[in-house]
Amino acid sequence: MVAVIDVQDISKSFKIHHERNQSLKERLLHPRTGSTEVFHALNNISFTVGQGETVGIVGHNGSGKSTLLKCICGVLKPTSGEIRLRGSLAALLELGAGFQTELSGRDNVYLYGAMLGFSKNMVDAIFDEVVDFSEIEQFIDTQVKFYSSGMYVRLAFAVAVNVDPDILVVDEVLAVGDERFQAKCVDRIQRFREEGRTILFVTHNADQVRALCDRAVVLESGDMIADGATQDSLRIFREHLMQDAVAHDSAQLLGTITIDSVTTPEGSFDIKSGSGLHLDAAVTSQTAYSGSFVIELFTRGGLLVSRSDAQGSPVNLLPGRNVIGIDLAQVPLLDGIYDLNVGVLDHHANTVIAWSEKAASIQVTYDGREGGIVELGASIRQQ
Amino acid sequence: MNEAPLVGQQHRSLDDTPVRVVSARPTLSTRLKTLWSRRELLIGLVWSDIRIKYKNSTLGIFWSMLSPAFTLGVYFLVFSVFLRNGIPNFVIYLFSGLVVWNMFQNSINTATGVIVDRAALVKKVSFPREILALSNVGAAVVYFVVQLVVLIIFVAALGHAPAWRFLLILPISFLSLYFFTSALAMVMSAINVYLRDMKHLMEVLLQLWFWLTPVVYSYENSIAPHLSRRGLTIIYFLNPITLIVVTFQRVFYVGTVVKSTVAPYAKINILPTWSFDRFLELNLALFAVTVVLFLIAEAIFGRLEGNFESEL
Repeated sequence: MVAVIDVQDISKSFKIHHERNQSLKERLLHPRTGSTEVFHALNNISFTVGQGETVGIVGHNGSGKSTLLKCICGVLKPTSGEIRLRGSLAALLELGAGFQTELSGRDNVYLYGAMLGFSKNMVDAIFDEVVDFSEIEQFIDTQVKFYSSGMYVRLAFAVAVNVDPDILVVDEVLAVGDERFQAKCVDRIQRFREEGRTILFVTHNADQVRALCDRAVVLESGDMIADGATQDSLRIFREHLMQDAVAHDSAQLLGTITIDSVTTPEGSFDIKSGSGLHLDAAVTSQTAYSGSFVIELFTRGGLLVSRSDAQGSPVNLLPGRNVIGIDLAQVPLLDGIYDLNVGVLDHHANTVIAWSEKAASIQVTYDGREGGIVELGASIRQQ
Repeated sequence: MNEAPLVGQQHRSLDDTPVRVVSARPTLSTRLKTLWSRRELLIGLVWSDIRIKYKNSTLGIFWSMLSPAFTLGVYFLVFSVFLRNGIPNFVIYLFSGLVVWNMFQNSINTATGVIVDRAALVKKVSFPREILALSNVGAAVVYFVVQLVVLIIFVAALGHAPAWRFLLILPISFLSLYFFTSALAMVMSAINVYLRDMKHLMEVLLQLWFWLTPVVYSYENSIAPHLSRRGLTIIYFLNPITLIVVTFQRVFYVGTVVKSTVAPYAKINILPTWSFDRFLELNLALFAVTVVLFLIAEAIFGRLEGNFESEL
């Protein structure tokens, strides 16, 4: 496999000015006033992305993931290290940043294409497709300043995905447009994958990464803390999120609760499809705490099958060891292994207090004829 | 939806695609190669610049001629009619110098602030940043061409024959103008990111610079003759715009020593009396110098652009 993106030992630091003296007078009169501080946004990041891979870059706000992406796209220059790229690259960063609002949509398509590095002939060839995809046929000759924000972003997205790039870089832009347009965008990205193009996907939404990526790189305050299969990387990401939350927790609550184990009374996690399952979660708490309990079930492919907090019914933890029973009345899943995550959340289900990723794996056997994940019990008859 | 172009590319191989390197400090040759590979963007930006400028005006690009025409008219009235400088066909003399000066001034005035003005773009889209400054120079070149055409029509209408042989030097002279203007435009646009006063300072400096260049007065009236008596002509031509202006004047105005229109027997030494070879030689030398300046400017820009994001 050819390395399409080869990030070699990239570091990036910014100078932060505490007192901005940008006038000549100030500089001449007070050459030394105003302190500058060096902020290290990225520290010695190295990884390679092969052709056809879809790699997620995960990290919470301020972890440096956008800086890394901007370096890869060439918007920022790394302070040291280098990035080797093969093939053309289109970035879905800050969509529409290159638009000249005074010009028409048509002119902007060409200008934006040129900005992404594509020739006039190439843009000519895809122009109709761009217009079609963006769904703004009737406004294409209108000045962009009269566009709604949705139209604006749709046009930019349409140019970026239709210019036929070898590498597509996506930065949390899937939140654009209405739901139908979003679905169209996800479709397009899926097709890019199938066509064997390389996609770099940046987000802090773990579900999106699980759904789209083969591999994930995790960044944490400028350091790369994981680079591996999506599941493994996401586990590390979540653990770090927890540690981070502990460090920033004012109520000193985090870390006081741990989920020790998840077991079944029978000791086995093998069940038959359609039967029920009882699980016992052993939770140790240092204080009395009332919150809600959440379970998540994933397929091995990373698809979320179900997430539930049992309608928010509270669990009251006592200091010491608690056992929480989880009853799954019926598991209508088809053949396969399903991974279970469990966690304790606060009342509002906003903050994760304790989390156990892959606390258990459930093996389901199914002897019916349905395919997929879930048994719907479909019956078909002629009327 | 027509999706045909995307089909059938499933197995394209990137094995032999050239590798692009993003690094802290690309070499000058890499920078120049990248710049050259993005020339289409430059052309696109030049046209969008011009289109935006005249988008909602009825006269459109004619405005680019109206303002220089007005300047030309005023200088003509003041120097030829009121002050009676006695230079025959003064309009042509003035116009051939102004064409050059307008291109230079226009470029520097617009390019100095361009990186700051387009900060949003600079921080979000990847392209060689100097293209922004170069696009302003490019737009000025377009206006220059328009004015040059008007100048030629003017010369023809007045039945004034240009110096045909010297016409050969004109392209060299123009290229020197282009490279020198681009070099200064790039450096100023980058410096302005760090020192925002540069834009205002340049406006003032350009006015001074204008009067240091023999556009409205003749070679004879400048300090050049005094310098040449001491063999120091070179100092006068340290201002690169001077040689270019003088070459344009030599081509379109032609006369080096002319009869005054006000004092019957007086002669005015209006342009240097160099031979064709001397003009060619000097212009080639200037061309070489401006190319070197352009390369230095590109290198300086590369140094300065590394910290743009923390200043914008």
